[in-house]
Amino acid sequence: MSLVLDVFSIAAICAGAFFFLAGTAGLLRFPDALTRLHALTKADNLGLGLVVLGLLPRAGGVLPALKLIAIWLLVLLASAIVSQLIGRAARRESRLQ
Amino acid sequence: MSWTLALEAGLAALVLGVAVWTLSVRQTFAAVVAFVVYGLALTLVWVRLSALDVALTEAAIGSGLTGVLLLGAAARLRATEADAVAERPGAGVRAAAAALAALVALALAAALLYLPEPAHTLAPAAMAELPATGMRNAVTGVLMAYRAADTLLEKVVVLISLIGVWSLAQDKLWGGRPGLLHHADPDGALAFLARRLPPVGIVAGIYIAWLGADQPGGAFPGGTIIAAMWLLAMMAGVTDAPPISRRWLRLVLVAGPAVFLAVGFSGFFTAGAFLAYPVAYAKALIVVIEVGMVLTIAATLGLLMAGPPERSDKP
Repeated sequence: MSLVLDVFSIAAICAGAFFFLAGTAGLLRFPDALTRLHALTKADNLGLGLVVLGLLPRAGGVLPALKLIAIWLLVLLASAIVSQLIGRAARRESRLQ
Repeated sequence: MSWTLALEAGLAALVLGVAVWTLSVRQTFAAVVAFVVYGLALTLVWVRLSALDVALTEAAIGSGLTGVLLLGAAARLRATEADAVAERPGAGVRAAAAALAALVALALAAALLYLPEPAHTLAPAAMAELPATGMRNAVTGVLMAYRAADTLLEKVVVLISLIGVWSLAQDKLWGGRPGLLHHADPDGALAFLARRLPPVGIVAGIYIAWLGADQPGGAFPGGTIIAAMWLLAMMAGVTDAPPISRRWLRLVLVAGPAVFLAVGFSGFFTAGAFLAYPVAYAKALIVVIEVGMVLTIAATLGLLMAGPPERSDKP
């Protein structure tokens, strides 16, 4: 059972790390602010979600696991709002130019 | 072993790289962003060193709060930025500054290399007496019991820095509301966040402050989170900063140091010395001080970030 959980953790965290890597590549390579935001939100939302998912069996209890999920939900909320604000600012700036 | 070494070397390279970026970038705004990133990288270093209390404080104060303060400063300096960039110091001044910085770095490195091995430590003695303080987190024990005078003065210093910010106000605006009025879309994303997040953030701040007795946490990181929630609500226009002449505000601002001082002076009668706690009530007294501190820290940091009074209280 513990072997299965370990494999699950490793697979989920590796998948999460892949999304972070892909998001970072997009952040560096994409041409403008809106597409870069698009790349970044994938890393934040899905990458962190998968890392949290992989850490859940290792959290050592229900309460720490719930805390991990709460952190993911808070990051989801924050990144959604912040990308809205950055996107709006970027659009306003491109209109001014 | 080699994996941890690679991680640590990578982390050190990241911190140094971001530090160089912070110093070398020309725009003030970019330098502030680099400084915030530097603080977050430093937080990871503290986590790696198992100093979780320091990591929490670095993330909350060193990176978050200072970052917001510097962003405000950068926004105010925007009008004069072009002149400041154009005004480049002469070669002599720059060489002298570089020599001084190199000398300080060398002295620090030498001091670090010539530390006695094993290093002198008071940790065993501190841990041995910790049960008497009622704390299980050694950092809180040191801050609130062994070095209580330092902690008290630190809180007073934060309060004095707020008075320093307020003293920048024009005479006719004294007692008015801090900062400029924020115009945010009342149905926008920021206003949404400012309504939804503070209930969670305030609970998290109180939780982290309460946890400080037994685990990493404490009044400073907890109070900073609450201050951040207040600032968020102010920036989104959900609430307005109170005029600094309000009596309740002044009371909240002095609550922490006042409670601390009251407990400290009562130590003369109950335990025979200033800031000494009677062992039976040590934990209760420390918790009372911490509650006052969380209030004061949250209010002081929130008002520090809001800035000096810029609007008259009278409409």
